Order: sequence, then structure tokens, then C-alpha cells
Amino acid sequence: MRSDHHRAPVALKLAAIGGLLFLHLPILLIFAYAFTTEAKSFQWPPPGLTTRWLAVTWERRDVWQALTLSVQVASIATALALILGTLCAAALARARFFGKEAITLLVILPIALPGIVTGIALRSAFGLINIPFSFWTIVLGHATFCIVVVYNNAVARFRRMSPSLVEASYDLGANGFQTFRHVILPNIGTALLAGGMLAFALSFDEVIVTTFTAGQQQTLPIWMLEELIRPHERPVTNVVAMAVVLVTLLPILGAYYLTREGAETAGGGK
Amino acid sequence: MTAGPTYDSLASRFSGALWRSPRLLVIFLLAPPLLWLGIVYVGSLAALLLQSFFSFDDFTAQVVYEFTLSTYAELFRPSNFDIIQRTIVMAALVTIASAILAFPIAYYAARYAKGRLKAFFYIGIMLPLWSSYLVKIYAWKMILSKEGIISWFADKLHLGWLLDVWLSLPVVGGNSLSVSATGTFLVFVYIWLPYMILPIQAALERVPANLVEASHDLGGSPGRTFRHVLLPLAMPGIAAGSIFTFSLTLGDYIVPGIIGTSRLFIGQAVYTQQGTAGNIPLAAAFSVVPVVIMAFYLWGAKKRGAFDAL
Repeated sequence: MRSDHHRAPVALKLAAIGGLLFLHLPILLIFAYAFTTEAKSFQWPPPGLTTRWLAVTWERRDVWQALTLSVQVASIATALALILGTLCAAALARARFFGKEAITLLVILPIALPGIVTGIALRSAFGLINIPFSFWTIVLGHATFCIVVVYNNAVARFRRMSPSLVEASYDLGANGFQTFRHVILPNIGTALLAGGMLAFALSFDEVIVTTFTAGQQQTLPIWMLEELIRPHERPVTNVVAMAVVLVTLLPILGAYYLTREGAETAGGGK
Repeated sequence: MTAGPTYDSLASRFSGALWRSPRLLVIFLLAPPLLWLGIVYVGSLAALLLQSFFSFDDFTAQVVYEFTLSTYAELFRPSNFDIIQRTIVMAALVTIASAILAFPIAYYAARYAKGRLKAFFYIGIMLPLWSSYLVKIYAWKMILSKEGIISWFADKLHLGWLLDVWLSLPVVGGNSLSVSATGTFLVFVYIWLPYMILPIQAALERVPANLVEASHDLGGSPGRTFRHVLLPLAMPGIAAGSIFTFSLTLGDYIVPGIIGTSRLFIGQAVYTQQGTAGNIPLAAAFSVVPVVIMAFYLWGAKKRGAFDAL
């Protein structure tokens, strides 16, 4: 009888496998469509396979421009979020004070509220004080909702790090900056890297807030959105979609390996 | 050593002061992020709220900068109220469907998956969660299109007629799945499902296996064990997950714009009002709706312990 409870019921197993397939098959389909010879419709199965569209997409200037802008925005937004998120995490990890919950809520809010609220809020604020849309208005919006991702990763690591490490560093005569550089940073480094990667992925992919804060600039998601609403050349969109899937795979897997439970933190046992 | 004595002592004195006064340290650390969030984010939200109390003159197409509640009253006009109702019903259905689909995955991952299988499940849930939002929508546009894989599959199984019957129904039907409410629903469930799995899994990880065994030993059928043991313990996780699925569906304007009928959702109303119509006050009032709904929702979820499962 006992062994019954250690093996999953067949129905549960099937439902779990079915659920995972449901999550992954649509993404796999993107790969098939990137090589189809059919250019006008989403015909399944593809009538033939070709690699022609890879070359066509490679030559497209608008795709490269959109990609460059997305990378630039995501890099700066990530850098800002790393600084602000780490500061927040350092302050809130162990401190207890009145209003702490309100501050935590404030950090989470940009991602908890629907993106459209953040978007329209920023847009109406820019409108009220006459800030023209630019590269920097996009960055401003992205950095705001990226803070929480860095914060979440960093705060978990700060809590696992023993406070006696910092005390020891001070006792041995190091000042705050030396302590940060030689004691704190090595301990939270991988958590920051993971948070930074996820923030980058989040910014790189963001479209809802961006539609409100971008003027004429086209980030890659905005470019894709345009193609989804008014398709010009479907095969090119298919190839871009495949490339995006492959590119976002890396930071996700990277962040996973960096924050696995095995990741060692000095003094973490305490 | 390399730094000059002035720098060194200044830095030391400063950091020493911070170290001696934890309160000062917290203020020093929190100032930059709080200034950023306070000015950029809270400032913007305040600007939004302010605009919702202005009104829009349809004849001059200008915003009238005078305090009024008339913009909020407009929300209750049948055409606008329909939009709000439709969005809430969709968000509720998506939440329920996600919870049903998520539970077995979460339970299997929490209770039976060990070692490598566990890592496999984790990545299997994280990858779709972090994959590009637009690419996922695009994939579903391919899947749901008339010539797409679902129609092909239905034909192979000689079930094409069933699909046609479903599409001929009012409300849920349409010309093809990609322009039907059913399509919108499917895509929403697909996109937000991982957000439901993770908190349920976190809640179930904390349920000791012997609790389930005890229920079996005491004669509880699997159904009763689920209803009286597992479900109540998973509830904080379901509540936490539903915050995401509900909130994200309430505010999304891209999914129903690309896959669905021409009937609007709140997000689309906000977008069109501020864009083509230039009616920022009404757009602002519309966007306050999901905020208010979410405030009540969060308050209810907190009572169910949702925040402990996050």
C-alpha cells in the first residue's frame, strides 16, 4: 500500500505532461514556420522548407535598427535597475522599520499593476510637463519596472548572507566601501548577474509600456507588433520570432544556473 | 593604501557614521530608489489620477482642465460599461481555467518530481514564462488561423464539423478561431499559465506528504483528500497566482487586439481613447478601473494568505 503514495497516479502524470506540452508546443511551432516556403498564409503543414528567409531577414536594415535600439534600451535600463534594486534590497533585507511594507509595495507596484496603467500614467505625466518622447522616455519606463526583478534576486541573497561577515570586515578595519567591494559584492555577485539578466530579458521583450513611451523609435517588440497588426512580409517576421526565442533562451538558462539552490553563499548556513 | 589620506579618512568617517547608525544607513541606501520610484512612478500615477478628473470637449476636441466627475460618469454609459463587464468576465474565466490547468503540473512538480526531473520541470515552466510575449501571441495566431494546425488536426480526426459548430455559436464563435472570443481566452490562458503554476507549486511544496497519507489512512477517497486537505492548503498559492492572471488579463490590450473579435476590452479602450481620440481624461478614468478592482482583489487575497505564498 505504502508504495502507492510514492508513485504518481497515472491521471496526474498525464495531466502534468499534457500541461507542459501545452506550454511548449506553440513555441516549437515557431521554428517550423521560420523555414516554410509559404509566404502568404499560416498554412499547416508547410508545403515545403527553405532557408531563403534567413538570408532575406539578415539583409533587412529595419530589423537591425530595431534590434540595436532594443539592446541599447535594455542595457541602460538594466544598469539603472541594478543600482536602484540593489540599494533597495540592501536597505530592506534585514531592517525593520515603520513603513517598510509600503516601500516594498512601491517596488512591486510597477509590475503588479497592469502594464497599461504604468504606460498611460507615464504618458500623461510626460504630456503634462511637456517632455518629448525620446530614447530616454523609453529607458525611464523600462528601468522602473525592472527594479523589482533585481530587487527580488538581491534581497533573497542578502537574507542568506550572514550579517557577521560585514561585522567582521569592519572589525578588521575596512571601511564601508572596502567592505562593499571585497565582502558584499563577491557574495551577491551571482544574484545580481541573474537579476540583471532577467531585467534585460524583461526590458528587451517589453511592449505595452513602450507603446506609450516611445515616439518614432521602434524597439524590436514594437517592430513585431506592427507586423502583427499590419503584416508586410510574414516570412521575415517568422524568422525574427525564431531569433527572439533563441536569444531570450540564454539569459533565462543563465539566470537559472546562477541562482540554483547549490549556489554557495559564504556564511549562508547561519 | 593607494588612496590619499584625505580620501581615506573621509570615506572611513562617512562609512563609520553609517555603520554606527543603522537608521542613517537605511536612509542613505533607500534615498535613490525611493526618489526614482516616487518621482517617476508615483508622480506619473498622480498625474494620471489628476487627468481622470478633467473632462474632454467633444466639439473642440480639447481637454477641459476643470475638476469634474463627469468623466467617471461616462464609464457607466452602456457602451463603456459593457467593456468593463466583458473584461472582468474574461479575467475571471482565464483565472479559473489557469488554476485548473496549473494544479496538476504544480502538484506533480512539488510532490513527485525529484532531482533532475525537478530541475526539468522548473525550466519547463520558466522558459515559457520568460519567452517573448509577442512571439507567443504570434505562435497562437499561426495555430488558430483558418489554415492553421488546429483546423488541420480537426480535419484529420474528422472533427472539422465540431469546430464549425463551435464557431457558429454566438459570443464564443466567429469566422475562425483567431477572430473569436474563444481564441482570446485560449491565448490569455496560455500566456499567464506559468504565473499560476509557480505560486501553487510553492504552496504545495510546504504540504508534508504524510498529511495526504494520513487522509488516505483515515479512509479519505482521493476526491475527498483533494477537497479537504490539498485544496485548502493550496489556496494561498491559487490566490497568489490569481493576482497575476487576473491583473494581467484586466490590463492587456494586445492579445484581444490581435486575436479576438472587434469588441473592446478595457486596455483597448484606454489605448484608443488616448491615441486616436485624444481623450486622455476618459483613458485615465478607464485605467483607474483595473487599479480599483485590483485593490479590492489584493485586499481579499491578503486575507487568504496569498502574500505568504509569493
